[in-house]
Amino acid sequence: MFQTILFYLFAIVLILAALRVITEKNAVHAVLYLVLCFFNSAVLWMLIEVEFLAITLVLVYVGAVMVLFLFVVMMLEVNLAATKEGYAKYLPVALLVAGVIVVELGLVLVGGKFSEMTLANAPAITADGVGNTQFLGEQMYTNYLYPFELAAVILLIAMVAAITLTHRRRPNSKYIDPAVQISRQPEGRVVMHDIKPSDFSVPEVKDVEEAASTNEKDS
Amino acid sequence: MTLSAYLMLSAILFCIAVAGIFINRKNLIVLLMCIELMLLAVNFNFIAFSRFMGDMSGQIFVFFILTVAAAEAAIGLAILVVLFRNRRSINVGELNEMKG
Repeated sequence: MFQTILFYLFAIVLILAALRVITEKNAVHAVLYLVLCFFNSAVLWMLIEVEFLAITLVLVYVGAVMVLFLFVVMMLEVNLAATKEGYAKYLPVALLVAGVIVVELGLVLVGGKFSEMTLANAPAITADGVGNTQFLGEQMYTNYLYPFELAAVILLIAMVAAITLTHRRRPNSKYIDPAVQISRQPEGRVVMHDIKPSDFSVPEVKDVEEAASTNEKDS
Repeated sequence: MTLSAYLMLSAILFCIAVAGIFINRKNLIVLLMCIELMLLAVNFNFIAFSRFMGDMSGQIFVFFILTVAAAEAAIGLAILVVLFRNRRSINVGELNEMKG
């Protein structure tokens, strides 16, 4: 009974916070309401004994993803008035679509077999004495090892992609490509001229200039 | 606290996110946040079914969804930053340069 009361309490806060996320004018406030959403979801997951994912949601989502969102929102100076134009124009169709989906899903989900399934008569996932986290860890490193490695590679790709997308090469920086530096040969840099004492004309320095121009092109 | 309560909560959450995508047509950041809300609703479904029907696969799948969602958010925000740097705007209505 106490759990049911907690469920409805946190569910109501979750829905209100989600509504604030989509209606909030200020994007920073919207991100903060989304954080509230994730915290409430974590509590709701805790209520049905899914501890590991609840903690992961708080650590990964609130701790990393939402903070990233917050950084970006604060970095971009968005014209607040312009972002809310057409708000009233799309509101009726949004309410219509959302309402239709809720009613349809409600017809399927409420009543029938799903409302007879409670935590009390749910089949046990793990053996006695084995916690959710331990079981998940065991599964992750045995049966799901290959997908687990793939997930790691996806994170690596995301990191590389994000860095290459946002990294900006400044045109007037003194940075020189290490590959160009390493590939230089002494023959291209130093030219020895055999100047006879009687010959006062300046020798051509074509090779060195060429080397200098290719160097500029590379960098 | 039944399975249908959790499923209904997830359905409402999903619909709020859909409505958010309709309403916030001007702000790309809020659109990304609505997608995060949708993913949360999907995760709710997975976890509720996994717990009430006694199958651990759903929870493991949610773990991978969280991974992919984190990667998606990172790349999405990177694209957003580049877009804002080039256009000085994140208005979806103005992003029509690729119109045929």
